[in-house]
Amino acid sequence: MTTLQSYLLLSALLFAIGFAGAVTRRNAIIVLVGIELMLNAANLNFIAFWRYGAGDAAGGVMFVIFSIAVAAAEAAVGLALIIAVYRHFKTVNLDRIHSMKG
Amino acid sequence: MNPGFSILALIVLMGAVGAMTLRNLVHCALSLAVTFAGLAGLYLALGAEFVGLAQVLVYIGAVAILIVFAILLTRPLDTAQARPFSATWVAGLAVALIVFGVLSMAIHRSGVGADRVALSGGVTVREIGDLLMTWYVVPLEVVGLLLTVALIGAVIIALREEAPRAEDAAGDGPGKGIGKEKEPGHREP
Repeated sequence: MTTLQSYLLLSALLFAIGFAGAVTRRNAIIVLVGIELMLNAANLNFIAFWRYGAGDAAGGVMFVIFSIAVAAAEAAVGLALIIAVYRHFKTVNLDRIHSMKG
Repeated sequence: MNPGFSILALIVLMGAVGAMTLRNLVHCALSLAVTFAGLAGLYLALGAEFVGLAQVLVYIGAVAILIVFAILLTRPLDTAQARPFSATWVAGLAVALIVFGVLSMAIHRSGVGADRVALSGGVTVREIGDLLMTWYVVPLEVVGLLLTVALIGAVIIALREEAPRAEDAAGDGPGKGIGKEKEPGHREP
């Protein structure tokens, strides 16, 4: 029988992998991918706590549905920002994008 | 620990590691889609069928494809110095390890869920629809507004900087932007 702790550990590991990628990669798109992984780790936590929780209400499921909608909006706006930055700097290398004006 | 969970967890973790470490960006995006598929399987195994299907539709169907489009629209890093990781990757990896250590220690120490068993029976799609139309109607409207704003904002942000400012720019500016960009369409779950 799978316990709640194994789900939480999997979620923590997924979060740590996403965080490591977001911090260490140089390509802005892959940084956004790492952020998506962290959001998914949070969603897995919601579902696991809902499944192993006390109540039988649909709170966890509804929270994840709204979270997915917000994450989709975040991905669209984030990628649009990356496209705009790429048009301006002609690169997505985050080490090269360090001037705030110009 | 049952084998289904182990297999799905392995798929999720290998996909995540691949998405974060592979050099080819398209491989990264495909690896990310594998991770999303594994997470959808975990949701299905946990009894949240609607969330699992929404995960497939939104993440695999929209977000992964959106990332592939962004990769296609941008140029990869300069090939002269093809290191995909930044110079301070050791510090970033150390911080990530510390984060995981603290989280896992907290999970173990707290003993949360040690006496819990998984409830049986999830929520049906009919119940979710009823709740969305009654108790959660205000958040639903807010999310609809958010998605609309995000749609318009993404189009405006991604519009070309050197858009023609001629006298006909007011006439066909937004329409041209919508036709030219790739985002609109696949966002609503």
